[in-house]
Amino acid sequence: MKVFLNYPQILKRWEASQVGDVDPGMSVAPPHPHTNTDSFQEELVVRPLHSGDIYASFQFRTVWEADFSRGNKVSHYQLFPKSLGQVISKFSVRELHISFTQGYWRTMQWGQPFLPSPPGAELWVWFQDSVTDVDGTWKELTNVLSGIFCASLNFIDSTNTVQPSAAFKPLGVGNVTDHRFLRYATLPREIVCTENLTPWKKLLPCGSKAGLAVLLKSEKLFHSSFHSQAVHIRPICQDQRCKSTSLELRQTLNAVFDLHTSGQAKREWSLFKMFSRTLTEACPLASSSKIYIDITDNSQGEQFELSPASSLLSQAVVLGDRRTFSVYDLTDQATFGSTRSLNLLIRDMLRPLLHAERYVAGYGLQTGEIHTVMYNHHPYRSFPVLLLDSVPWYLRLYIHTLTVTSKGKENKPSYIHYQPSKDRLRPHLLEMLVQLPPNSATEVTVEFERALLKWTEYTPDPNHGFYVGSSVISSLVPSTVATNTSITQEQPLFSSFFPCKEELSYFVRVYTEPLLVNLPTPDFSMPYNVICLTCTVVAVGYGSLYNLLTRSFQIEEPSPGLAKRIANVIRRMRGVPPL
Amino acid sequence: CSARSFRFTTFLASLTQTLTLVVHFCLVFQDSAGQFFSSGHTNNWAVLVCTSRFWFNYRHVANTLSVYRSVKRLGIPDSHIVLMLADDMACNHRNPKPATVFSHKNMELNVYGDDVEVDYRGYEVTVENFLRVLTGRLPPSTPRSKRLLSDDRSNILIYLTGHGGNGFLKFQDSEEISNVELADAFEQMWQKRRYNELLFIIDTCQGASMYERFYSPNLMALASSQVGEDSLSHQPDLAIGVHLMDRYTFYLLEFLEDIHPASKTNMNDLFKVCPKSQCVSTPGHRTDLFLRDPGSVLITDFFGSVRKIEITMETINLTDPINSGNDVQTENNTYVDQLPVSEIIHQKPKQRDWHPPDGFILGLWTLILLVFFKTYGVKHLKHVF
Repeated sequence: MKVFLNYPQILKRWEASQVGDVDPGMSVAPPHPHTNTDSFQEELVVRPLHSGDIYASFQFRTVWEADFSRGNKVSHYQLFPKSLGQVISKFSVRELHISFTQGYWRTMQWGQPFLPSPPGAELWVWFQDSVTDVDGTWKELTNVLSGIFCASLNFIDSTNTVQPSAAFKPLGVGNVTDHRFLRYATLPREIVCTENLTPWKKLLPCGSKAGLAVLLKSEKLFHSSFHSQAVHIRPICQDQRCKSTSLELRQTLNAVFDLHTSGQAKREWSLFKMFSRTLTEACPLASSSKIYIDITDNSQGEQFELSPASSLLSQAVVLGDRRTFSVYDLTDQATFGSTRSLNLLIRDMLRPLLHAERYVAGYGLQTGEIHTVMYNHHPYRSFPVLLLDSVPWYLRLYIHTLTVTSKGKENKPSYIHYQPSKDRLRPHLLEMLVQLPPNSATEVTVEFERALLKWTEYTPDPNHGFYVGSSVISSLVPSTVATNTSITQEQPLFSSFFPCKEELSYFVRVYTEPLLVNLPTPDFSMPYNVICLTCTVVAVGYGSLYNLLTRSFQIEEPSPGLAKRIANVIRRMRGVPPL
Repeated sequence: CSARSFRFTTFLASLTQTLTLVVHFCLVFQDSAGQFFSSGHTNNWAVLVCTSRFWFNYRHVANTLSVYRSVKRLGIPDSHIVLMLADDMACNHRNPKPATVFSHKNMELNVYGDDVEVDYRGYEVTVENFLRVLTGRLPPSTPRSKRLLSDDRSNILIYLTGHGGNGFLKFQDSEEISNVELADAFEQMWQKRRYNELLFIIDTCQGASMYERFYSPNLMALASSQVGEDSLSHQPDLAIGVHLMDRYTFYLLEFLEDIHPASKTNMNDLFKVCPKSQCVSTPGHRTDLFLRDPGSVLITDFFGSVRKIEITMETINLTDPINSGNDVQTENNTYVDQLPVSEIIHQKPKQRDWHPPDGFILGLWTLILLVFFKTYGVKHLKHVF
């Protein structure tokens, strides 16, 4: 169980230990000085998982001192990428969240991710209230984003866009609650590959040339069990009084490397093994560049070896759990010492309290049932969850068959928002607030019928099946450890993404698997068969009928033999009638 | 007779046209700028299309990516390349080495690379989108990276690969593009002045049928096989389990790997790529619509983005604009006339081969004559002529 962290270069000087909480008691500098410059922070969190895999989470945060809410125009770009800045100002976007994920996050084996995302592509946007035609702006925005990220986001249209009323509240500051300005869409079939990573890396101030982004090489990143890259843009307060807002761009990349495919079945991990690169310097434009290694069980110092050992430790409360991290500050030249080795012991992590599954039941190509199962593993507390389901129009849901059962008894949701689908126009939208009893599994069942599409609406490979996007389950889960609710204190990026209003619970969003459903598929060679058969029948039938009706029969003498013919010729010459 | 006078006027018109053409040619050769702009193009574009879906068509994606790689290496930037891949092979779940596409067995050359931008992918690669990209008729919200923003001084390279037959190319196992549609699309591009010269390369079975119907000027076409022949694939890789490349593009890639931005290889060398002994099929080419002699066309005119730079040590005096008003006018006239485009505009209409008149025309004339003779009688014939 050895983990190596390779830092090729010179000396190392021991820092004084600073074990302690980052709590409001200590005087910490405000997140960014109130000047008119942008600031950039980068961070990598490495967390070994129970199953032997290792989870790496990158976050790059750029804060831009620009306020778009009053319609200001900006033309000078420093660290914030110009392509995104122009998109935000042109389409009057308040918040934009886009993620591209390959693989499915296995909550029970890996715990909760810092930033959850569903398989495929997900895009949700809050527009400013100055936008008059939200649907038209949404369509143009998806086209522009498809060009920026080289993804087929232009397939997002009214048939897979919904307006959730409760499940996706704004994550930035602001008191916009009119959900007419919110649009949410997923493309579960979207593939993520190097052509999506390349433009994502180009949005970073240092690109992929310096800092933590040097580790992002596609050959190793895509050879993983789970890979997710996302861009989150939202307005944040500039300071504690929150008189004005600035725009925050967070680019996140989560990857889980498998023990057997990337790790060669040995529980020894190093940056070189995970990324086939080592770090040489921090991004010069970054105000902070840190690596956090989760060492929560190294309090005695006997269970693993971290090499190079850093004496900088920090504790943070994340996802309801207080964890200890060993911090490596890359802006400090002394961190880059000679190569040493790092050992980590994998231990049992806190069992996640909320997770969900979804599957299709039934047989045949006409009907079926969608079952969504939500598990609450808390021993004595129950809490409400908001379930968002967006089902395409070609699966016709029978809402009168919707049942919610927990522990065998019916469980009535306290809030239901259902928008029925319109064929070829909009999908089903179902939002329910369900109270999950403690230590139980709640099952939501709904029957559906499969529709027959028009033959031009089938994809070129219809026998693969059609995808149904993941369900979203959002909830405030009670925690045993108090979370830090201050919004402006200096915190590691991974614990400060979701805003926390209460201290005794934390926000969690869980995505289920996408479903793959077979629709009744016609035989596409039938038009050709029909044309051939019809033409043959018509030709044979009409031809025969015409001949029968119009053919006239004449009696014909059989032709005489050769001798008789010569005799006839001679007779004709003589003028005598022939034989 | 009116017929004779008509013929005489046409003769006079063609005579004056040839005379003006000769005069303009003289002007061209006197001006040194004429030699400078003799190739006529100022920017390069490339449209690279792979039309096949499914894992066992890995080789078509590898074909397209190897041409993409060569074109990028020789200088055409991503903003001038429209890359259309109908399926994802690199991150396909059946790929044992994700994020890679290999062209040589034993995984020698990864043509996918680390810096690739695919503009149209998956279900977006359809005949309609391909024709819209060529003709420029895209919806207003299409991003720039998905548009072919060429002008009349652009040299465009178009590369198609996939499964094809006599006169058609299959897109994604569900639709086809015919050679007539393609020829009409190129004619639309010509009418809208969207290209200066166009090189069309196709690597499919019976590929030569796709360029049979071209009729617009300044087109040069290459195909990997003749009508009635199949293009074959090169070699399988046992670890990946599929054939990695097609033969024609494999040898084309080897040929292009030797080209660098300053090389002077010309199109005649490109025609010799992959002879029958290596390719098993007979590659074909068509140059009759192309104005320049293929021997004078450099490979980098289409595959690279080589700008013509003339380094001069002399100082150039800029004259007063008022004085040189007339000079600028005449300069403009001669400059315009140097372009091959203008020569084509001023050209005589192309002499088509004479065919005997159709049955319909013959029948029509016979009918007219019959009616005439019936009404007027044969003896009045001499008054007509």
